[in-house]
Amino acid sequence: MSNLNLKKLTIVRGKTHTARELSLTFEKGKIYAILGPNGAGKSTLLKAIFGDVSLRKGEIEYQDKTLYKTRLGEWRKPIGYMPQDTYVSANLTALDVVLLGKLDSLSMHLNESTLQAALKVMEKVGCLDLAQRDIQSLSGGQRQLILFAQVLLGSPDILMLDEPVSALDMYHQSVLLEHVYQETKKRGLITIMVIHDLSLAAQYADELILLKNGTIRAQGSPSKVLTPDKVAEVYKVDIERLFDSNGTPVIQPKRASSTHC
Amino acid sequence: MSLEFEVIQSAIKNQRRSEIRRWRIVLIFVFVCLASLTLDIATGPSMLSPSEVLNALLLADDVEAMTKVIVFDFRLPMALMALSVGAALGVGGAEIQTLLNNPMASPYTLGLAAAAGLGASIVIAFGSFGLPLTLAVPIGAFAMTMVAAGILFIFASIKRLSSEMLVLAGIALLFLFQSGLSLVQYLSAPEVSQQILFWLFGSLTKATWENLFVTSVITAICISLLFKDAWKLTALKMGEERAASLGVDTKKLRLRVLFLVAVMTAVAISFVGVIGFIGLVAPHVARMLVGEDQRFFLPLSMVIGAAFLSAASVLSKVLVPGALFPVGIVTSFIGVPFFFWIMLSKK
Ligand SMILES: Nc1ncnc2c1ncn2[C@@H]1O[C@H](COP(=O)(O)OP(=O)(O)O)[C@@H](O)[C@H]1O
Ligand SMILES: [Mg+2]
Repeated sequence: MSNLNLKKLTIVRGKTHTARELSLTFEKGKIYAILGPNGAGKSTLLKAIFGDVSLRKGEIEYQDKTLYKTRLGEWRKPIGYMPQDTYVSANLTALDVVLLGKLDSLSMHLNESTLQAALKVMEKVGCLDLAQRDIQSLSGGQRQLILFAQVLLGSPDILMLDEPVSALDMYHQSVLLEHVYQETKKRGLITIMVIHDLSLAAQYADELILLKNGTIRAQGSPSKVLTPDKVAEVYKVDIERLFDSNGTPVIQPKRASSTHC
Repeated sequence: MSLEFEVIQSAIKNQRRSEIRRWRIVLIFVFVCLASLTLDIATGPSMLSPSEVLNALLLADDVEAMTKVIVFDFRLPMALMALSVGAALGVGGAEIQTLLNNPMASPYTLGLAAAAGLGASIVIAFGSFGLPLTLAVPIGAFAMTMVAAGILFIFASIKRLSSEMLVLAGIALLFLFQSGLSLVQYLSAPEVSQQILFWLFGSLTKATWENLFVTSVITAICISLLFKDAWKLTALKMGEERAASLGVDTKKLRLRVLFLVAVMTAVAISFVGVIGFIGLVAPHVARMLVGEDQRFFLPLSMVIGAAFLSAASVLSKVLVPGALFPVGIVTSFIGVPFFFWIMLSKK
């Protein structure tokens, strides 16, 4: 069984239920986009899968392992997780940070192949020129690229990205997401990403999961999930749905005051 | 394809250049240590010239017997003790700062030194159980430091306790042990109180070949064990959540580092008394010079700590000719202005 299974998860943080009897199956080679308004429980869901937030009820299974029945270190091994918060308070260069993605292979003297692997990933993601810069001196978007390169270097089987493109320009957004796409298809990853841009989600994800108040409001292909009704219900925004030349939905919010001005 | 290859080769070259630069800085401070060691042996009530010192150390035949006695029986254990205690305090500070992700933390701010002071004062005031005082006082200091470390250990092993809370717990312990120390001093006779005060001024004159041996061996073992975790410690600087996602068992690492630092500083403080500030300043200077890649940060904190205490030892003898100030007083006197200068000169 190579799927990642969430079975009837209930998660409570403080007084908020961030997941209510939530069940999901994630398959290999597919990209899942988790959507939903602020505070819907998206980040918490990723943290829960990573084993960083305890579960009130339910189980998470992957291969023959069950979270909290296996050692946490063992459970986390196949997971590459990029948290939403990219702030790093360390006097390290961007290259140092990327190298940490492959912690097991680092020795006192960095050998040629380790360095090469790290720099190659940076080159592919488009941040090689930042290699010797202090991580603290980088912009939010640059840090996102570096941390994405770090996660990628670890060659995970499960890729979890929490708003990986929130601070990126249009070019780097598509570089990063294209990369996510290629890696997922080529290496058969399970990819779960939280993303706020519905049109980008529709372009890159195989399946969208629309979350609100800890429950799934809609799930399925982009054209099935991104209907004006459902989006209006979840986000409380009227949208216009267009289609690009590939038939992928493009979502445009309507101005609330556009009728009378 | 070949363009990509070239770009990556040049990035590798940049990285190598930066590594060599950082090793060179470590090497420079190794030489500073050696120079300071020579001066430390040369200075004292009867001044020796550096060449006399070197001849004596190299066991040349034409060295006077008196010089040999001065060098080997008096000066050398003290001078080497300065290096090894300085190294222990430098690395201890660096790793506590790493562990707590807080540049203001050091073994002192966590109350370890205050605990050592309390342990020593209890032995001085209430008796040494028949042991000679030179043995009983370090044992008392060591035991109490380990009690403090044990309490911190319990706090550190609570999974959900953040590093800020750990710093707070350490500061609370600092106050507790300091009050304990004041209480012991308050309860004891003036002469005894005086004796306690003297112990508290860290001083290298307590060094002997025997306690030098113990200190340097334990320091060397602890530092090499910490160095083995260099990359994990670097990863810890990314924050605990992220370090965990990189495959570090953060709880185990926390406890291991705390244990090694506690043992190392406890031994050092037990033999020489309280020497402040090195644990704070050495890692700061190291961080500014080579960053926080622990492959460089750790060894540089070590040699800067060693050089600093050794230089302070020289100064403690030459500031007022003929008088020997406790080195613990000198470190802060020269350390604080130096520290301010660094802070202000930083861009
Ligand atoms: N550490 C915490 N303590 C208490 N409540 C929390 C904590 N973290 C998140 N929450 C709450 O859980 C809910 C979901 O948060 P989160 O998963 O971060 O939302 P998002 O979908 O925006 O990523 C929010 O209502 C938030 O206030
Ligand atoms: Mg979030």
